[in-house]
Amino acid sequence: MKKRVLAVALAGVMAVSMLAGCSGGNGNTESNKDGAGTEAPAADGAKVVKIGVYEPASGDNGAGGKQEVLGMQYANKMTPTVEIGGEEYTVQLEIVDNESSNDKGPSAASSLVSAGVSVVLGSYGSGVSIAASDVFKDAGIPAIGVTCTNPQVTEGNKHYFRICFLDPFQGTVLANFANAEFSAKKAYILTKLGDDYSTGLGHYFKQAFEALGGEVVEEAFQEGNSDFTSYVTKAKNEGAEVFFAPVSTEAAALIIEQAAAQGLTVPLMAGDTWDSNVILNAAKGKDVQIYVTTFYQEGGNEEFDSGIKEWINSDSTAKANNGGDDTISAVTAMGYDAYYVALEALKAAGSTDAAAVNEALWGVTYTGVSGNIAFDDTNGDAMRDTAYVKCANTETGAWDFVTEQGVN
Amino acid sequence: MDWITKNLPYLMAGISVGGQYALIAIGYTMVYGILRLINFAHGDIFMVAGLVVVYAATVMPIYIAIPLMIIVTVFLGFMVERVAYKPLRSAPRMSIMISAIGVSYLLQNLALYVTGGLSQQYPAIPWISDTVTVMGATTKRVTLITPILTIVLVVGLVMLIKHTKIGMAMRAASRDFETSQLMGIKINNVVSMTFIIGTFLAAIGSLLFFTNYTGVTPTVGAMPGLKAFVAAVFGGIGSIPGAVIGAFIIGICENIIKGLGWTTFSDAFTFALLIVILIAKPTGLFGEKSTDKV
Amino acid sequence: MSTKTKAAWNVGLIAALLGLLFILEQVMPSGSMLFTVLKKGAIYALVAVSMNLLNGFTGLFSLGQAGFMLLGAYTYAILTIPTESRASVYQYFDGGIVQFALPVPVALIAGGIVAAIFAYLIGLPVLRLKSDYLAIATLGFAEIIRAVFQWDKLGPITNGSNLLRNFPSFKSVLYPFIVSGICIALIVMLINSTYGRAFKAIRDDEIAAEAMGINLAHHKRLAFVISSFFAGVSGGLLAMYQTTIQASMFKSAMTYEILLIVVIGGIGSVTGSCISSFLFIACSEWWLRFLDNENLYIGGFHVPFLRPGFRKVVFAVVIMAMVLFYRQGIMGTKEFSIEAFSGFFKKKFGKKKVEEGGGSHE
Repeated sequence: MKKRVLAVALAGVMAVSMLAGCSGGNGNTESNKDGAGTEAPAADGAKVVKIGVYEPASGDNGAGGKQEVLGMQYANKMTPTVEIGGEEYTVQLEIVDNESSNDKGPSAASSLVSAGVSVVLGSYGSGVSIAASDVFKDAGIPAIGVTCTNPQVTEGNKHYFRICFLDPFQGTVLANFANAEFSAKKAYILTKLGDDYSTGLGHYFKQAFEALGGEVVEEAFQEGNSDFTSYVTKAKNEGAEVFFAPVSTEAAALIIEQAAAQGLTVPLMAGDTWDSNVILNAAKGKDVQIYVTTFYQEGGNEEFDSGIKEWINSDSTAKANNGGDDTISAVTAMGYDAYYVALEALKAAGSTDAAAVNEALWGVTYTGVSGNIAFDDTNGDAMRDTAYVKCANTETGAWDFVTEQGVN
Repeated sequence: MDWITKNLPYLMAGISVGGQYALIAIGYTMVYGILRLINFAHGDIFMVAGLVVVYAATVMPIYIAIPLMIIVTVFLGFMVERVAYKPLRSAPRMSIMISAIGVSYLLQNLALYVTGGLSQQYPAIPWISDTVTVMGATTKRVTLITPILTIVLVVGLVMLIKHTKIGMAMRAASRDFETSQLMGIKINNVVSMTFIIGTFLAAIGSLLFFTNYTGVTPTVGAMPGLKAFVAAVFGGIGSIPGAVIGAFIIGICENIIKGLGWTTFSDAFTFALLIVILIAKPTGLFGEKSTDKV
Repeated sequence: MSTKTKAAWNVGLIAALLGLLFILEQVMPSGSMLFTVLKKGAIYALVAVSMNLLNGFTGLFSLGQAGFMLLGAYTYAILTIPTESRASVYQYFDGGIVQFALPVPVALIAGGIVAAIFAYLIGLPVLRLKSDYLAIATLGFAEIIRAVFQWDKLGPITNGSNLLRNFPSFKSVLYPFIVSGICIALIVMLINSTYGRAFKAIRDDEIAAEAMGINLAHHKRLAFVISSFFAGVSGGLLAMYQTTIQASMFKSAMTYEILLIVVIGGIGSVTGSCISSFLFIACSEWWLRFLDNENLYIGGFHVPFLRPGFRKVVFAVVIMAMVLFYRQGIMGTKEFSIEAFSGFFKKKFGKKKVEEGGGSHE
């Protein structure tokens, strides 16, 4: 009998708290629910505009997501206010963790929507961006993809923008590089099942590589796999001249370790995800060659480099989120630029209304540390025509600049 | 010769991973033999053992970190049994299995919290992490050590069970739980001892596994755990040599399947094998006849 | 209370609930987390009840729910993606080989039927197994199904391991409530029928049930197939809710979550499963999110330990405590009914015996 009383009480509590949640959900600036607005309050009297940050902090892409958020936080620290329609607004970042997971992502996105953000930045990783796209679309909130390179993110919609280059471009650059630099005729491609970024980039690389007269061997691995020895063996047995693995850093560290242990001598190549100190740490002191394409080369903007390094070194949390050192990843620079693109859009819109920001974004141009950003008229993709190619220096544990490459 | 050089890596990886599964599978098979419980948390204890080394190695030399890891892991296994399973001993079997799933969920989430959700790099352990070349195939020394160490440990364990008093008590308890209590066996001690031995072997297994595959993530234990359980069923649950042989077969088959290019099905194969075994010969390869299973 | 008044009360209650939802939807901003929780909660309620039908009412401990949801979700998605979107969704497979789109309700039911057919085939061998062997075998089947759907040779149908998207979804929170409501009502009717009593007899004592003339194999298979049918429908609903689906979402962790919902609600209680699924979803998606905020201040006090992931630790500890100390769950094997509810207010509890399975659902 006690059970029934308790059950009824619980049901009652549920009903009441749901209603309580409702009454709290009306205002945009309402705080103390779902974690929104619990940050230390901004200066009194100033109006607040919220920018949503939809990034992974855990899971496969957690390391990269954290570095991307660092760029935004640094930018927010440098420029904490923005003038919209003649009024000074304090910018507040609403950060949620999409857990690198396509099924957890939409819920995280909904919590941003209910926090009343004007524009969303993110994400690192294409799959989660595609998965949350409809949530933002239904809420009428524009999103700016930072380093999601799969074409499907922006294709056929009017609310998802992106400031980085796309995989067909990146895949072609990589294939050209493999062909020109290593005269490779046979490539081994390893992708992760169910990862849109990985499958997509692998696909475009294959297309470009075959168009150059090359031959490819393709394999895919299951999520949660940690034994890559058989894949490395396969690549060796097939006589591949490059090992192309556009995968998350988590798997990449394992691949590098096992490739080195098995004495794989051909170069490892990958896309933008590998531009991370996780890779540098994994490769340090090992006999491997690693080439990646990326958005930004450290040294590209001295002021930004030294400023953010100083901040990372002075803030222990930031340093931990950056993987324990002050190497600047391209994604950090991209996060930094994305924040300013959002500010430009807010200024141009002259309002914090999401629909107005969405309209304004089409016309935004901005020169960031990673280059010029302007959106094309069809999908809202940034028009980018260069990628940087870097090589991991296994002695110093830093990136060496190799070349700047376009597709022509 | 060329054929051997090409295919030896698959075989070596298979034997090595099989040895690691074997060390985990013993924990499953012993616990199941006595408590009739699929200890879903066993794979996660294996993962925690990996994390302990990662964190311990940052503050102390590796030769202290490893014994510490073994102690911590064994203690964790002991505590899990005392806190989560012992209170449910008289409850229906489903409850205790749900409790095991709950512990697994808790350990994974704790690991997620502690690591911040990022993969942790397992430290390189001197000597066994070194690279060696066997007949033209390059690999880590641990790959060669694993099967030898596994067999040594298993022989030791079998001796323990056959020739000591506690071993006799374990055999009695797995034959008939209630009657053994009536015969004056302190059943709680026997169960604790089972968990201690099981987690000790899982700790060694984790050392070997993560030296080979150096990323420790919160969910890394789930799949090896399930596969080790399948190995235990395959070999005949309750039978230690059975579990070991089952684990080696699964490890090798898995790598052969990958070598053939069927990578999508390397995990699915294990489960298909399980279902076939359950239907065709439910007692497994070496299991004793029992009417309880089907 | 007579059966008639009880039925009237139940109908009234459901109507009031739907009315309340309708009003809420008009007055609240549509982005509110409340609606996210309600939508997902309704879907999980259905799958939890379907699992309860097996685990709680028939005593078959199956862990294959995620696999059947996958079948339902994929069937729904494959059959409803508009033909003009197929080229972009199946971009690596030349638009796929399915070149038609069915109406949503038909596709949902088709999802259920596909799941049921697979359940029938899987059930032929595995239903002979008992308790934890059955659990591990069904778990294995779910994993095999997941691997098959990721196989790129099936890409023209399943899009390989890539996302399926652009299929119709629902906007109103009423949609999942109505679909789940109808399905749960069907399950409740089944439980209260002769079949339901046979299921319970099997749960309580197989040998005795067989002696009473119940065909064990037939009834077990029936329960398994019906449960999987509804798991398939809920998979289709989940696809609508998520707007994109992918085989890798349907991991065994999903089954464990559903199992925990069933346990928390009370194994053998339909209303318990419903209530706990809303509570579970609300806690995991909404109420506990503040625990992930590193800079939470209460007054001037900086709350320690908070950072991403803490929410899940707290949640896991609560669940563990429930499993250990409150094994009956919220409802035990009782049902939440208007009778009990009014009895509670009249302070007359202790006398009436609520008949198992006799109450309303929500």
